[in-house]
Amino acid sequence: MAKIIVVTSGKGGVGKTTSSAAIGTGLAMRGHRTVLVDFDVGLRNLDLIMGCERRVVYDFINVVQGDASLNQALIKDKRLDNLYVLAASQTRDKDALSVEGVGRVMSELSEQFDFIICDSPAGIEKGAHMAMYFADEAVVVTNPEVSSVRDSDRMLGLLSSKSKRAEEGRDPIKEFLLLTRYDPARVETGEMLSVTDVEEILSIKLLGVIPESQAVLKASNQGVPVIFDAESDAGQAYGDAVDRLLGADMPHRFLEVQKKGILKRLFGG
Amino acid sequence: MASFAVSDAPAAFQLKGSSFTATVLELQSANLAEIKTQLAARTLDAAAWLQQSPVILSVEKVAESAADWAGIVALCQSFGVSLVGLRAPKTMHETLGIIGLPVLASLRPKSTEKTYDADGHRVAVEPETQPVESNAAATTQVITQPVRGGQQIYSAGDLIILAPVSAGAEVMADGHIHIYGPLRGRALAGVQGDTSAQVFCQSLEAELVSIAGRYRVADDLRSDAHWRKATRLSLSEDMLNLYDL
Repeated sequence: MAKIIVVTSGKGGVGKTTSSAAIGTGLAMRGHRTVLVDFDVGLRNLDLIMGCERRVVYDFINVVQGDASLNQALIKDKRLDNLYVLAASQTRDKDALSVEGVGRVMSELSEQFDFIICDSPAGIEKGAHMAMYFADEAVVVTNPEVSSVRDSDRMLGLLSSKSKRAEEGRDPIKEFLLLTRYDPARVETGEMLSVTDVEEILSIKLLGVIPESQAVLKASNQGVPVIFDAESDAGQAYGDAVDRLLGADMPHRFLEVQKKGILKRLFGG
Repeated sequence: MASFAVSDAPAAFQLKGSSFTATVLELQSANLAEIKTQLAARTLDAAAWLQQSPVILSVEKVAESAADWAGIVALCQSFGVSLVGLRAPKTMHETLGIIGLPVLASLRPKSTEKTYDADGHRVAVEPETQPVESNAAATTQVITQPVRGGQQIYSAGDLIILAPVSAGAEVMADGHIHIYGPLRGRALAGVQGDTSAQVFCQSLEAELVSIAGRYRVADDLRSDAHWRKATRLSLSEDMLNLYDL
């Protein structure tokens, strides 16, 4: 039985797709059979971030509507054997998704995979609702910024009330906070919300803090999930986050301003 | 061969259910002379209005007194009031039936009616105020999960929240609201009019607090010394006051 994890936020542009790609890849790197599903119908970009956009033949909507089988639509990642991507449609819109259709696909995927990562679109409408409906766990991606925190809070309310688990009265979705684009220098000057501030407002378990990093843009453009860049701070932070997701108790890194030593300052760091 | 007795002739009429708005002439006295005086005064002012609309004569307020009902009906009709029916408690239906007008049942207690003056203008009437009893029978609701933005909680009694109330959330109660955590959203206590309701929170960071309709917003609360502290809010003489908790 697979674990269905939704990566959601409410606010747009906070790092859901980047995080879905990084977390999914991280799980596959640690030996788990993982599939990434893009729920952003019409504005698909998970396949771009994963670098498989040139191999998309059939998409999620095709499978839901029965035009193609799941195996025809799944795209195997070139770098890892046990990582697959189910792309969204570029031409249709969210109305093409139905609860029954998505449910069927989730059940079918559950038989083949250990983890199903659902990359949610922004907002709280049908697409986002569909992405979180079948979830067992949720990673709520938040920027340390007031509107993102407010929207994440709204999304947490929806996760606890509008999911299948909530409707059936089962154990609620396990919620995790992933704080992205964190800049310790700005937190120190008081410009940015700190981890404690956000934790206090949202009151959910902290999965990880991903520092603001230039490596993310580079990785997107290359179609390589940033977790492969093991030297970058963002890549390492995602690695830690995946370990915590699997149950390890890792200390949080990249929360303090890195003091550059004299040599680094002379020769560039 | 038997044939059905179905008429081939086209129907002359159909029976349908429909609703109409009517005016109620609510009798407050069964005294013929008094009624006559008032009718004379009123119909002089608003003859057209009263004569063209269908009117129902309500005898509920004077049901106890024995009166010349037929005489009252005739009196109204003589002033041009188009009586189309009577309204009375069930016990009187038989007595009134003799008059020849349809007799309707009394209004249900919760229904509302609008009152009009002689010119047909709406008149604001003081509703019979029933003292608001603190409904001890209404259960207290206890919430243990954080109340997130966009959520609304309502309790018919008191409300106890053992978690933070996020910005964008609304918590409402007929009675008191106790928040064992920060209040960052809106809290509305005494929503049915109970001015003795109070709001308690461990950290006042609210967007809005209201007790029985009297409210203060964040802009105003921010300047108070109690902002971000454990606070008790209550109403005294229509003013929402803050106290240390």
